Amino acid sequence: MEKAIAAPTPQLKRQHRKNRMRKATPYLLLLPSIIMIVAFLFYPMATVFYYSFQHYDISAPFYDGFAGISNYVDIFTKDKLFYSSLLNTFKWVISEVGLQLIIGLMFALLLNEKFRFRGLARTITFLPWAISGVLTSVMWMLMYNEHIGVFNDILMRVGLIEKNISFLSSTNQAFMSVIIAELWRGIPFFAVTLLAGLQNIPEELYEAAKVDGATRLDELKSITLPQLKNTIVLTTLLRIVWEFNNVDLLYNLTGGGPANSTMTYAMYIAKTAVKGSNFGYGSALTAIGFMILTVVAFLYLKFSKYNEEA
Amino acid sequence: MASSKKNQTFLFYIPVALMMLWTVFPLYWTLNTSLKPEGDVVQRTIQYIPHNITLENYINAWKDVGFDTYFGNSIFVSIFTVLLTTLVSLLAGYALGRYQFKGKNVFMLILLMTQFIPRSMLIIPLFVIFSKLGLISNPLSLILIYSTVQIPFAAILMSGFISNIPKELEESASIDGAKQYQVLFKVILPLLLPGIVATSINIFVYAWNEFLLALMLTNNQAKFTLPVGLSFMMGEFNVNYGALAAGSIIALIPSIILFAIAQKQLVNGMGGAVKG
Repeated sequence: MEKAIAAPTPQLKRQHRKNRMRKATPYLLLLPSIIMIVAFLFYPMATVFYYSFQHYDISAPFYDGFAGISNYVDIFTKDKLFYSSLLNTFKWVISEVGLQLIIGLMFALLLNEKFRFRGLARTITFLPWAISGVLTSVMWMLMYNEHIGVFNDILMRVGLIEKNISFLSSTNQAFMSVIIAELWRGIPFFAVTLLAGLQNIPEELYEAAKVDGATRLDELKSITLPQLKNTIVLTTLLRIVWEFNNVDLLYNLTGGGPANSTMTYAMYIAKTAVKGSNFGYGSALTAIGFMILTVVAFLYLKFSKYNEEA
Repeated sequence: MASSKKNQTFLFYIPVALMMLWTVFPLYWTLNTSLKPEGDVVQRTIQYIPHNITLENYINAWKDVGFDTYFGNSIFVSIFTVLLTTLVSLLAGYALGRYQFKGKNVFMLILLMTQFIPRSMLIIPLFVIFSKLGLISNPLSLILIYSTVQIPFAAILMSGFISNIPKELEESASIDGAKQYQVLFKVILPLLLPGIVATSINIFVYAWNEFLLALMLTNNQAKFTLPVGLSFMMGEFNVNYGALAAGSIIALIPSIILFAIAQKQLVNGMGGAVKG
């Protein structure tokens, strides 16, 4: 007690300063990331909401100023593309995430078996994950092409079609064609993460099941899937967000056409922004998209009962 | 599944072969196209194996189409993104992995939240911000935004790697009289290196591949990155398919090499990050 009351010695002062420094250190270490995240993520998001209430048209600068909710009213009452692009997004996300999950799980199960060249097979299977969306678009565009494309040639040889199909420019096939191309790039993500999940399942569970005479299907249903549940919930959520926003393939393969049949919501925003005239309207679309995505993510986490015991 | 004996029945290899075919065929087809002379590419009878192999498409893409410029721009942007992101996320990761402090959980939550900010929704505000800063068509704008987007995930990975290094190692080094920075460079950094490499490759591949922001923030062809250059070429009225394929193969090489080198760490890192 006496010591604490006594005048601080120089040694104690140094100790105090050292303590203060120690307390400040983590905040100093975090400072650069905080500055960058605020400046280039949070501030831009805030301006989206601000612009959405403005007339902000860079092709008509005289038309600037407060717009109230008129951008929003226009979107909900006049904009047919708003509704059709949302519907397309819904189809896009469901089919991409669903198919990627199912096929990715099949790939992961295969790659989890012990077989010759397994390492090589894993490397090759995961490869598309490192390849850009634009590159994927080029590859599939070359294969889909109506005149020089290999798919038409194969289908013709097999006898399934009689004349060449324009996969990407007919409203019947375009959406399906882009979905298949995006699968190629999306499956490896699930294969990787699910394989990591599979490797964490204790071997004993399967041994016990074998003693009980369980079939492979039983094992899948009562051991593998429940054990993978948290991984599946988290990866699918990440993919839902990612596929909702994904435009690389759509932009490069179809540009949202033909006749807006492949126009998803993010593609619609991108097109509005890149054509770059009406930023106020585009910002209102963006703000709505952000809110939809937030609600979807929240509901998804709530209903999937993430982190609860199965 | 947990089969202990080697599964080598013939039937098992059928799905594996299909899996390989599905993955490899698009790559093969691009390579195949890139090696054909232009006449063979547009010929109506499809050649599954190129007859007259030539490198003219590569020379054409590199010299005339401008892939030398795009390649240089992409390398520049990707390397500086990796450096900036690694540095900043290492600092943050150290704070998160080693210190207990007020607001730590809030900060973690903020990092996670950033993952849900839709990228396509940043294009308008970022265009406005970088126009005001005079950084449109300047690689600095891409380096800044790519780093910012990658920092949260990288910081979380780094903090995981750092907290895996026993604290006692640091403490015993300080007791032996080493200064703080000596501890960092001599003890922590070498142990962190594999983690840093895996994270850096992840960042590089992202920066190398990003398209939409690069498209929006660049309107000068001399500043195009590879994805924007490819997209621009695809959109041309008279697409030169051979050169397009060759350009794609050129764009593919760095990420394939890095991926092959670090595939294992990458997969482990990713798997660890999304483990439930």
